Amino acid sequence: MENIICGILILLGAIFTFIASLGMLRMPDLFMRMHAGTKAGTLGVSLILLSAMLEFSIISVTTKAIIAILFFFITIPIGAHMLGRAAYFINIPLWKNTVVDELRQYFDEKAKSAE
Amino acid sequence: MISFFHVCLIIAAALLIISVLLVLIRLLIGPTLPDRVAALDVISILVASIISVFSIATHQAMYLDIVIALALITFLGTVAFAQFIEHQLGHHKEE
Repeated sequence: MENIICGILILLGAIFTFIASLGMLRMPDLFMRMHAGTKAGTLGVSLILLSAMLEFSIISVTTKAIIAILFFFITIPIGAHMLGRAAYFINIPLWKNTVVDELRQYFDEKAKSAE
Repeated sequence: MISFFHVCLIIAAALLIISVLLVLIRLLIGPTLPDRVAALDVISILVASIISVFSIATHQAMYLDIVIALALITFLGTVAFAQFIEHQLGHHKEE
């Protein structure tokens, strides 16, 4: 029974990371690509680490897996936020069918005040 | 007799390897530098997943240390690349 739960968790994690990489390849825009890659990738690797935690059932492995999951949940969004901010500041082109860009009005003002 | 657990492990490993190949295409054709940095970030997540699956398959709990170290190094690399893009390339654009 425990093996079946572990196998289902591993399979779910692999499917989520596969969706993340498919989005990385197919999305038309840098920000959409990061939206697909970081969130689904974080969920996938967390599910696989959760499965490792269930599979070993030792206190040291459980601690390591919890630390790794917490670390992924903290660091990957911070890295994606910094990268997206930098990419917006050097004027990476948006998708041609983008409807609204709410940062643009604040961004012009900030660039003037920065000069 | 192959159990359900081993089938899950094999399918997961195959899916992860295909995912690495897909993101590698994005790393090669990515039009700008932030695309490539984002692709490297996702590749590091995939490598962490592969190491975790390998650790489960071989019953070696020691490999989970590598996952923590890899997450740390990748975070530092992404932050350094973001700072580089924002400061260096932004100034060149203004001149």
